[in-house]
Order: sequence, then C-alpha cells, then structure tokens
Amino acid sequence: MSDSVLSLQNLHKRFGALQATNDVSLDLKRGEIHALIGPNGAGKSTLIGQIAGNIRPDEGHVYLADTEITGMSIAQRARLGLGRSFQVSSLAEPLSVMRNVMMGVQALQSHSFRFWRPVASDQRLLEPAYEALERMQLSHRAWTPVFELSHGERRQVEVACALALKPRALLLDEPMAGLGPEGSAKLTELLEALKLEVPILLIEHDMEAVFRLADRISVLVSGSVIAHGDSEAIKQDPLVREAYLGDSDA
Amino acid sequence: MTNNIPTSAVSSKPTSNSARASMPKHSHSGGSGAAPANQADSHFGRKGLVQIALLGLLLLLPVAAYFFGHLYYVNLASRITIIAMAAVGLNLAIGYGGMVSFGHAAYFGLGGYVAGISAYHAFDFTPFMTWPISIPGSDSLLVVWLAAALLCALLALAIGAISLRTTGVYFIMITLAFAQMIYYFANSWPTYGGEDGLPIYIRNSLPLVDTTNALTYFLICFGGLVMAMAVTSRLMKSRFGAALTMARLNDVRLATAGVSPYPVRLVAFVISAAITGLAGALYADLNGFVSPSVLSWHFSGELMVIVILGGVGRLYGPLAGAILFVMMETFLGGITQYWQLFLGLVLLGVVLFAKHGIMGWLAGRERNE
Ligand SMILES: Nc1ncnc2c1ncn2[C@@H]1O[C@H](COP(=O)(O)OP(=O)(O)OP(=O)(O)O)[C@@H](O)[C@H]1O
Ligand SMILES: [Mg+2]
Repeated sequence: MSDSVLSLQNLHKRFGALQATNDVSLDLKRGEIHALIGPNGAGKSTLIGQIAGNIRPDEGHVYLADTEITGMSIAQRARLGLGRSFQVSSLAEPLSVMRNVMMGVQALQSHSFRFWRPVASDQRLLEPAYEALERMQLSHRAWTPVFELSHGERRQVEVACALALKPRALLLDEPMAGLGPEGSAKLTELLEALKLEVPILLIEHDMEAVFRLADRISVLVSGSVIAHGDSEAIKQDPLVREAYLGDSDA
Repeated sequence: MTNNIPTSAVSSKPTSNSARASMPKHSHSGGSGAAPANQADSHFGRKGLVQIALLGLLLLLPVAAYFFGHLYYVNLASRITIIAMAAVGLNLAIGYGGMVSFGHAAYFGLGGYVAGISAYHAFDFTPFMTWPISIPGSDSLLVVWLAAALLCALLALAIGAISLRTTGVYFIMITLAFAQMIYYFANSWPTYGGEDGLPIYIRNSLPLVDTTNALTYFLICFGGLVMAMAVTSRLMKSRFGAALTMARLNDVRLATAGVSPYPVRLVAFVISAAITGLAGALYADLNGFVSPSVLSWHFSGELMVIVILGGVGRLYGPLAGAILFVMMETFLGGITQYWQLFLGLVLLGVVLFAKHGIMGWLAGRERNE
C-alpha cells in the first residue's frame, strides 16, 4: 500500500434508491495518471467528491499515503496535499486569479487568523502563487478577475489553485471539457509534464487525451468499476466496448 | 493602484524570463482588459473625496455647533456617530462576511446594559457580584468598554457557534431568536429596571477628561468610529480578511484551498459583535439611560437598513447610512410620525436603483483585486 499515494477501499454511496458508488476500490501510484472514464451519470464526480470530502461515503475508506482521511473535512484533506478541480469550475468569481491561487498558499503556511499584515504586498504569498500560475501558463492573467476568463482558463486556474497546495495527489474532473482541440492539446502537454511530480486521478471524456495520458484506466459504469488496465487492455475489453466506447463517438 | 505593487514585485523576481516577458502582457491587460489600475486610480479621487467629506463634515459640524452653543446638534452628531459605529460592526458580519445577522441589537443592548449596570453599582457602592469572585461596579469608561467588548464577544461566540451551523433564512431567524430571548430576559429582570429601563445617574468617566462635556463626548465617539473603521479596513486586507472574503464568495473554494470556513466566520462574527457592543456602551452613556428597546428586533432591523442604505460591504457605507437614517428620523420624524414611510421609499429606491447603496452611488463601484 505504501507505493500508493491515494487509495480507496470498498467505497459505497447511495442517493436514495440510486447506488452512485458501488464497492469501488482503486489507487493512484507515484508518477502516474490514472484515468477514470465512464458514461454520464456513472458516478465519477460522486467518487471524486468522496475523495475530496464534499460527499460522505456510506461505507469504505480513503487513504492519502498511509493516513486515513475518510472522516476529515475538505480543508484538512487539502492541507494534507489533496488538490482538486471541479467539473463545473468553482472559484471566487469577483476576485482576481491571483487572489484565488494565493489562498492555497496561505493555507499551507499557517492558520488564517492573522489580522494585521496586508496580503496585497506579501511576497510569501505572491511568489508561490505566481509560480503556480506560471506552471499553468497563466501568469499573464494574474490580475484579471475570474469572471472575465474563458471557460478553459478557469479550469487552468483551478489546477493552479490545487498546485498552490503543493499537492501529493491531484483529482481533476473533466479538465478538458469545453476547451476546444487546441486547448485540450495544450492542457494534455501540461498534465504530461505535471504527472512526474504529482500523480493525477483524471476524469475525462476526451478519449484521445485519455489514451495518450493515462498509464492506467478504470471504467466506471453505474457506480461499479467494470474494467481496469492500461490503454490497450481497455480498448480491447468487450465489456467496455459495449457499455461505454460503443455509444460514444470515440 | 494596489495592483502595481505585487505585480512589479513579482516580475522583478530574478529567476524568471517568463516573468519579465509577462510584464508587457500585464500592462497590456492593464490597458485594455478593464484596466484595473487605471479605473481604481480615477475612482480613488472621487471615492477619496466623498469619504473625506463624510468624515470631515461629521467632525466639523458638531464642533461648529458647539461653539455656537447648540448642544442639541452636538448630541445629535454623537448619536449618528454611535449608530454608525454599531453599523460598522454589523457590516463586518453582513457586508464582508455574508452573515446576515438579524440579532445585532443583542450586542448593542448588552454593551448598553454593561455601561448601565456598572454605573448603577458604582453609584450605590454595591458589588455587581460577590461569588465566585467579587466584581464591584465601575464608573471608569475604560473598564466599561473592556467589559462590554469582552462580554459581547463571549455572547457572540456562543450564539455564532450555533447559528453559523445554518445558512440563509435559517441563520437570519436563529440570530433573531437569540436576540429576542435576551430582549425578553431584560424585560423581565426587575433588578435593573425591567421594561422601564435603567437610568444612569453618573456618566462613566475617563482619566483627565470631562466626559460630561458634550463636545468631548462626541470626540470620544468619533474616535471610536474611526477606530472601528480602521480596524475593519486593516482586517479585511489581512490574511484573515482574504479568507473571510472567500468564505462569503464561495466557501467550497475556501475549503478546497485548505481553509475551513466555519472558524473564520465565527471569529468575524465575534469581532463584529464586539464593535457593535462598544457602540452600545457609548450609546447608554450618551443617553444616561438604557432600556430593553435597544435590544428589540426593531433596532436590529434599523441597523440592517442602515447597512443596506449605506452600501453593503463598503467601509464608509455604515456612516453614510447612519447619517441619512438618523437625519430622516430626527427631521422628518419631527414633522410627521409617518416618517418611516419615506424611509421605506428611500430604501426601495436604493434597492431598485442603487444596489451598492449611497456609497456606491456617490463614490462609484468598488473593484476587487
Ligand atoms: N447529491 C445528489 N443527490 C442525489 N443524486 C445525486 C447527487 N449527486 C449525484 N447524484 C446522482 O448520482 C449519479 C452519479 O452522478 P455523478 O455526477 O457522479 O456522475 P458522473 O459520472 O460524474 O457524470 P457526468 O459524466 O455527467 O459528469 C447521477 O445519476 C446523479 O444524478
Ligand atoms: Mg461528473
């Protein structure tokens, strides 16, 4: 278990009659991108929510490295090094990109009960935030309010926010959606470079990106993992072809 | 203007070519992309003027009135100043923290009762309590202020800890419910006057200062207001302020960034209550009287109206709102008992046509960084 940065054990989640997560176990290893694919409504985002702490699983355990985080708050998990982006971007819209990214830096350095020193000139916050933005090639947007950004840029900001936490694992929920071919290609490159530092659990519908990026792929259908393996194995898997690739345009 | 500091500081970083390369890009976006720096600059003039005018008039008019012997207007200015200070406290909760408290009269009233009860015991030399420790009354303003701020902070800690588990309408209702409990308690506690209220026969004092002088007392209140505004301003620029702002705008984002929203909100709520409580103590001494009416939900509502009138989340909003509110109450209220009808119309106008309140209308919209 110690070579897994993140591992899920037998997670279950029900929404009323709907079994959104059904006995899911998977893990994320150092240096890899593990892609999670599946049709709409399969329970991918619900799974990410349970890892990040937004949703409580009914049963099962989540470990970050060797620490059980199942009962922890979202913020505690983030400070331990779990960074994530949302399927529908969730940022402080009226604030500048910089201000959004700086919060993660702030959380890492100390508690937030510091009442005196202005953040606007605090190099200890600004520099690491700026670096995170540079990694996502967004530094030219540092002082733009988030609401002026394009769809794709917002997703990049979310990844930059996660990077500001110096994460041990990244959870990205459909980062390519709505990016267009050029944006996807660019982000694919960025993620390829990134995975060497931070392993990524990637949810993605863009199969081209998935097959290019993923070291391993898990296929989720109706809350259960129905297949697991590398790109070739997944492409050949008859169950997957039927349940997923068959009715997608990939 | 503030934008320039961090950007230049960051781009002067020795390591990065890309940082240097980004500089022209930034100044480009500064020129076209809504020009954050320029807009802030051009607004600074107007905003600064409005702010200086508000504070300056509030300071100079009572001084002039005093020298012409119109003590009534000096005390009116004290009243405006104190109400503004109470609203500064509430604005920290509502405007900056997004916590719509409908119970801030509780803190204003508690502050008032601390001043009143303390003076009551100092006047007849009885102790306030003897067990487990002996606490005498006091007519020292400093002691009264400290006690008012501390007790309001404690009360807000208890009320906030419970109320902040809810949001939206539930939060509004639960803060109201707590304040009403305290209102009925004060009403039915005969020791300190019950529903008749508690007169203060001596004005609490400060060393070396004659607090019974109307102008002196106004200046004390003015100092309190300026301090409360300065504290709010500084606070909101700090790390704590950054976290509170994000808790208001998007608390899931704040948590995802690694900061728990709940304790941040709670501390802001406590500071907010302490400021409002201090104002309540000043108010009781101004009037020489404290009664349950300052604990009533009407007063909580008035404070909310003042915050909304002035401009939610604007530093000078509570002052602008308090000036308008107390003026209308005093002068229109002198003409007709239906003055609140006009207040309602003004409030309607603000809500419909000037969403950012008087300050938004006078000084332009605030830009976030
Ligand atoms: N809070 C909730 N309450 C009830 N049902 C929910 C809730 N959240 C999700 N669901 C349901 O759970 C199922 C899984 O949703 P989820 O968002 O995890 O799917 P997904 O795999 O991310 O789909 P997509 O590819 O469309 O993003 C869906 O049927 C959804 O309607
Ligand atoms: Mg989803």
